[in-house]
Amino acid sequence: MTDIAVPTRFERPSALSFLGYAAGIMIFLWALNGAGFSMEKALSSPPRFADFAARAFPPNLAPDVLERLGWKMVETLQIAFAGAATGIVLSLPMALLAARGLIFGPVVNTVTRTGLGFIRAVPDIAWALVFVVAVGLGPFAGTLAIMIDTIGFCGRFFADDMEAVDKGPSEGLTATGARKLDIAACATLPASAPAFVSTALFALEKAVRSSTILGLVGAGGIGIELKVGFDLFDYPTAMTVILMIAVVVILIEALSTWVRQKIIGEQR
Amino acid sequence: MCARCIPTRATRSSTISSVTDLRTTEPAPTLAPERAGAPCEPVLNPLQDHDISARALGKSFGKTQIFSEVSFRLARGEAVALVGANGTGKSTLLRCLLGLIPMDHGTVELLGQDISQLSTQELRRMRASTGLVAQKHNLVPRLSVLSNVIHGLLGQFSGPRYWSQSFAPQDAREAAMAALDKVGLAHLALRRADRLSGGQSQRVAIARALVSRPRLLIADEPCASLDPSAGEDIMAMFFELVRREGMTVIFTSHHLEHALTYGDRVLGLAGGRLELDATAASLSASDLRGLYD
Ligand SMILES: Nc1ncnc2c1ncn2[C@@H]1O[C@H](COP(=O)(O)OP(=O)(O)OP(=O)(O)O)[C@@H](O)[C@H]1O
Ligand SMILES: [Mg+2]
Repeated sequence: MTDIAVPTRFERPSALSFLGYAAGIMIFLWALNGAGFSMEKALSSPPRFADFAARAFPPNLAPDVLERLGWKMVETLQIAFAGAATGIVLSLPMALLAARGLIFGPVVNTVTRTGLGFIRAVPDIAWALVFVVAVGLGPFAGTLAIMIDTIGFCGRFFADDMEAVDKGPSEGLTATGARKLDIAACATLPASAPAFVSTALFALEKAVRSSTILGLVGAGGIGIELKVGFDLFDYPTAMTVILMIAVVVILIEALSTWVRQKIIGEQR
Repeated sequence: MCARCIPTRATRSSTISSVTDLRTTEPAPTLAPERAGAPCEPVLNPLQDHDISARALGKSFGKTQIFSEVSFRLARGEAVALVGANGTGKSTLLRCLLGLIPMDHGTVELLGQDISQLSTQELRRMRASTGLVAQKHNLVPRLSVLSNVIHGLLGQFSGPRYWSQSFAPQDAREAAMAALDKVGLAHLALRRADRLSGGQSQRVAIARALVSRPRLLIADEPCASLDPSAGEDIMAMFFELVRREGMTVIFTSHHLEHALTYGDRVLGLAGGRLELDATAASLSASDLRGLYD
């Protein structure tokens, strides 16, 4: 019989991690302070909220309003799908440039990743403002904003997906003397396909959510109705818009979960 | 040392010279598509008759030294078995030979060229004339068996037509089917690679390594997942290629009979050193067992 050392269940946290926790709590308190957190305002909000709810209910369900909002919703979804789809397609080359150790060297990787980081750092609503200036008011500006936002998101995560796949198959092809582009196409891309589907569906969900508020800055979609409703104190119509957005976003998320399971789950 | 490198089987030496003559003919710089699967080797100096010479190789992962001072040579047309206990570094050594992972010490000459001196392009061309059967098979899981085998030709032909069997030129598909037929899997050509049994996937890996008709085959436990009869068939096929086409083979195996039957020579790794380098004829299974103590 040899003595087998059974490992301890928990490791004793080091002095450094204690410091880390303490710093975390300090930062949280400091942030609450800066965010103007006030118990007073928080406690006085329920009555005001109830007042808004009383004025907003029942939501405006007049057929002509519903029809107008319905068409606006269709436009919103068109913006989301068109922007997300073009963005996803354009993300692929960006991801090939950004993936480390795949085709290009560290300089290209870093430049591309920095560019993608910049795209993500600018909020979608800010992109919409920029494109409204560039191409004028309307849904096209919104579509471009969604597209660029999707490139920032998918370009980075497609690249991460490709870096994370099992290196075995690409080593197998390296051993045959294949070129880097051939290896990426034959080993890395097929292996990343399920992760790509998942990322692309997330991008679509995100696009639907963003597209509903682009109208606030005149970049098309149902958001304009929300703004008009609040500006004119037409709270029942605004409430209809909010409920409509909620229903559509929830439906899209359910649909995307179902598709994801159909495409990825089926292979087990 | 060199005395050990002389092929032990006399019949083989006679075939080697004729094969060498064939191989010194200049390969066309751009190959016509109908030559898919035909031998495509760099120009070789007929006097340079060592397909592999490894000098004083050493490799560590982090601070753990796997092996050091490993030197050996493989003559053209020789079949050599590499044996050793689990974790002694056989797979690591074979990957170092192709430059798939960097070595820490020593030099490898493959087909007469020092691989550390080669440009990326030259290294690719070198790898194109070798075949590797990896221990973990390394197939692309989501693609068909046939596409995987066609990928074995990517060293010679590049581009989208060779990415999938659907678009591959007819002769490439035929060459791949012929290779699959050799390993007895022609009936599974369109099966997805991740839906194969372990032995089937190993056989596909062998077909992929052979489809480009390499002059040097590096096979890491080619029979590990095969049933006894398939294992014998595959080893006999390798041996046949060695004899008929002058292919050079280095293979690892935990099957001591395979090592002794199909290897002209046996190399043994133990304790991070090459402890054994002897002709198979001079060894018995009990000599090899000593390596595992
Ligand atoms: N990428 C890696 N990083 C760190 N250690 C590694 C790595 N690859 C292999 N090793 C270690 O190097 C040693 C040699 O591994 P290797 O796969 O070459 O052994 P092997 O002789 O082929 O064994 P087996 O007979 O089981 O196939 C092992 O101890 C393994 O744990
Ligand atoms: Mg191994």
